[in-house]
Amino acid sequence: MPEQTPGQTVGPFFGFALPYDGGPEVRAPWQPDAIRLHGIVLDGEGSPVPDAVIEVWGADGDGRPSTERGSLDRDPHGFTGFGRAATSEDGHYAFSTVKPGVGRPGSAPYVVLAVFARGLLHHLLTRAYFGDEPDANAIDPLLRRVDPDRRGTLVATVDGPRSYRLDLRLQGPGETVFLDYGTEQ
Amino acid sequence: MTDLTQEMISAEIADRHLREQGSTTVHPRRDFAPYRSTVLRHPTHELVRADPEEIERVSPAFGHTDVAVHESDLTIQHAGEPLGERIIVTGRVLDGDGLPVRGQLVEVWQANAGGRYAHKRDQHPAPLDPNFTGVGRIITGDDGSYRLTTIKPGPYPWRNHRNAWRPAHIHFSFFGTAFTQRLITQMYFPGDPLFGLDPIYQSITDPAARARLVARYDHEVSQSERALGYRWDVVLTGPRATWTEPEGSDHA
Repeated sequence: MPEQTPGQTVGPFFGFALPYDGGPEVRAPWQPDAIRLHGIVLDGEGSPVPDAVIEVWGADGDGRPSTERGSLDRDPHGFTGFGRAATSEDGHYAFSTVKPGVGRPGSAPYVVLAVFARGLLHHLLTRAYFGDEPDANAIDPLLRRVDPDRRGTLVATVDGPRSYRLDLRLQGPGETVFLDYGTEQ
Repeated sequence: MTDLTQEMISAEIADRHLREQGSTTVHPRRDFAPYRSTVLRHPTHELVRADPEEIERVSPAFGHTDVAVHESDLTIQHAGEPLGERIIVTGRVLDGDGLPVRGQLVEVWQANAGGRYAHKRDQHPAPLDPNFTGVGRIITGDDGSYRLTTIKPGPYPWRNHRNAWRPAHIHFSFFGTAFTQRLITQMYFPGDPLFGLDPIYQSITDPAARARLVARYDHEVSQSERALGYRWDVVLTGPRATWTEPEGSDHA
């Protein structure tokens, strides 16, 4: 069997290569179903991380993964489900996307996030659930398995009309719950 | 500038490797302190095991509308030819069963022949090359293959410790058939004398796994009077086994 290729840090100098025009606009912000998903990436001392890049991958409003091409060359009426945003000098990332439908009966809706940064030797995966789905979140199988004290790190809070905020803490108090899908090896 | 010497960093690397001896973990240790930027940027809690749902078992779709054919040749993006040693890097992207990862996006970026990135934060006083940006994209073929024409990047200094130098490398980003196979890594060149000194490369503690990041010279890939050829295959495996929710596992 072929053996897995190891990861390496994205390093500090990805800014001229990975971010691209339209990367954060998974759904054009003027579309009626567009939501904002944003937050700050913080290190173990609570300092913002200005050299991180965040990717989102989420299903459409009906809970189905998109098979549309064009994430790098967006159709403003389309939805590919994938986006990429580098953090700003103050560690902020922001996406315009849609709130996915439920993917599996009994699960709550969520968007998958991948976190890459200088100083992070292998990327981290997590999920952004939605704070205005308390009933679905209460029975979601993953959220139920997470220590109640840490569960909130996976739930984006409503911070405005059609706007959700999820800060990502790489370490320390309030450290984000990061996920192992069986590929941590 | 830091007072940390290469000897101190090398001793830390050796100590950690000794403690990890026999481990077959593939990926870098996120808490690999010899790379000082990891200290405040690695999670201290164990990752929580998650059962991938459909969205995590599929991947974004990319296609030829996303990437132009000339994006795989980093030597033709400007009016003139870039300085340096022209090379071809080719290989296949495979999944854990050895099946090709078809029609997927590969992204690359790198320093120029002098070891300088076309990035505003790179302060290394090596010359920028007006004919080289160092960014490319490829969509893999039906056999999972990719092929890149570029120039060999130079090694460059960084400020992890005094007299710290990164071995020459090309950054690669891959998408698999599932989002859980997402991978960003670095490809190195055979025989680099800096391997043993580099805390980023050495953060992979299994020597066999580390070696998988090193391309091999392939004379069949080289082109007469034009370019030297390197071959590097990449494997993106999925979850090791189907995972089922353990009984009574609330608050794991």
